Amino acid sequence: MNSWTNIKTITKRELGAYFSAPLAFVFIVIFLLLCGFFTFFVGGFFELRQASLVRPFFTWLPWFYLFLVPAVGMRLWAEERRVGTIELLLTMPITSWQAILGKFLASWLFLLLALVLTFPVVLTVNYLGRPDNGVIFCGYVGSWLLAGSYLAISCITSAMTRNQVVSFIISVVICLFLILAGFPPVIRFLQSWASPHVVDAIASISVITHFDGFQKGVLDSRDLIFFISVIVFSLFTTSVILRGHRAG
Amino acid sequence: MINVHNLVKVFGVKRAVDGISFSVERGEVLGFLGPNGAGKSTSMRMITGFIPPTSGTATVGGFDVVEQGIEARRLIGYLPENAPAYTDMTVYGFLNFCAEIRGLRGDAKKKAVNRVVEMCFLESVIHQSVETLSKGYRHRTCFAQSIIHDPEVLILDEPTDGLDPNQKHEVRTLIRRMGEKKAIVFSTHILEEVDAVCSRAIIIDRGKIVANGTPAELRRKSDWAGAVTARFGNVSNGVVKQKLAQLPVAKKVVVLEEKPSTVTVRVYPKSPGAEVAWTIANLSHTEKWTLEELHTEEGRLDEVFRSITMPDTAANDKKSASSEEKTSD
Repeated sequence: MNSWTNIKTITKRELGAYFSAPLAFVFIVIFLLLCGFFTFFVGGFFELRQASLVRPFFTWLPWFYLFLVPAVGMRLWAEERRVGTIELLLTMPITSWQAILGKFLASWLFLLLALVLTFPVVLTVNYLGRPDNGVIFCGYVGSWLLAGSYLAISCITSAMTRNQVVSFIISVVICLFLILAGFPPVIRFLQSWASPHVVDAIASISVITHFDGFQKGVLDSRDLIFFISVIVFSLFTTSVILRGHRAG
Repeated sequence: MINVHNLVKVFGVKRAVDGISFSVERGEVLGFLGPNGAGKSTSMRMITGFIPPTSGTATVGGFDVVEQGIEARRLIGYLPENAPAYTDMTVYGFLNFCAEIRGLRGDAKKKAVNRVVEMCFLESVIHQSVETLSKGYRHRTCFAQSIIHDPEVLILDEPTDGLDPNQKHEVRTLIRRMGEKKAIVFSTHILEEVDAVCSRAIIIDRGKIVANGTPAELRRKSDWAGAVTARFGNVSNGVVKQKLAQLPVAKKVVVLEEKPSTVTVRVYPKSPGAEVAWTIANLSHTEKWTLEELHTEEGRLDEVFRSITMPDTAANDKKSASSEEKTSD
């Protein structure tokens, strides 16, 4: 119980840190503009004449997140290390796990807020037709988990360096790899020379493969476990890296 | 309250801290002295649980800082070097956060924040963002953070670094006052601070403790300790020097200044506690010299510090000093 209050205190501080700077609002505005633009213009929401958000909306999210989530996560630990507040934080009567989780949750909630603010597309599709809102909800859950996975990876890269830009670039590369491993053109290319087992193995580590199910409204426990294990593994790696720095 | 036993920290091939042991009780203010890179900050970081020791143990209030880290850290207030603070917060927000994470809630939190704001003179900047603070204020904000839960143990890494003389004085007064009820360890390389604040001092060099004692005890290690400076009028240099050197208590006589009418000399004692001043006064009485000034040196900390932490250079200094002596003959 006590550890939960510690996590909450840290989460509250981190969320405050986001909104004390205009960066958070800039981020949200860019995210919403991108979503709107791609859904209605590039995605061809109206031309499709379908009461569905899969094609025009959810397909784009892994790509937006590729750049936006590392931007949100890059300061988490890099900034603490640069300013030296990490020494303050980790000498408080809390465990490093509470600090890691508190920070992660703050950013994840921030991403949730941005995601929730895309609700006008849901209203639009409901106004124009009769979509399956279960599928849409499922897509949102998947999107949030996807954002969480990217974010956890950004936590690792942020803990590795004092430099936010370096952290950003490395996490974009890692996340890009996780997308491309399951990106249809890449899979088709792999199929042309690799055995089906290898292709499956590579595709199974991709976020796209697992995100697909959510988009279709299928809450598969395997997909859920995939995202959660990516998050847990990444946060664990973060704790190992932080301990490594301190041990010298 | 603080017990450090054989603490070692190795970074790669460098032994940053090499087996230090000491203890600090409630009511003591321990000064941690040493040249830059001697291992002061590393030692403090191990006591506060920020970095784990390679070997050895440290306990705070009976709690091992590694095994029972949370319990130990609850008792500690810590001011890290360079006084870091979250730059995106206001002073008030920052102190509130620190109070909350220390487990203070509601009224207790409000009281604690108000108390430290008053103690550290932060009223005028309380709603200012930490980023815009001057160095002195940021330092005091971080200092306020370290005492917000009224800790029994205070670890302060260069608490007066970067402050102006008035602020330094305030912080020292604060440390001395709090030292009556707490166990305090603070590092510094300003030697006057040791006299002003500490009840005990440790000099650490290349990871090892090289001296440990009260400031007065340390000062007595100086060559200067017990030396007597005397100024005589209406007498020639040669006579004074010769007569003084013949005194059984004198080890060495150095002429410091020579003017046509006066001579200033320093007489070093053969053994500590020799009554040099009294003997000189007697001598000048029998020789009918005019004694214009006579005082006993207490020994200087900076000289002790230099001779302990840089033995080679200090020896060279002495050599050049003695060669100067010869030229003044």
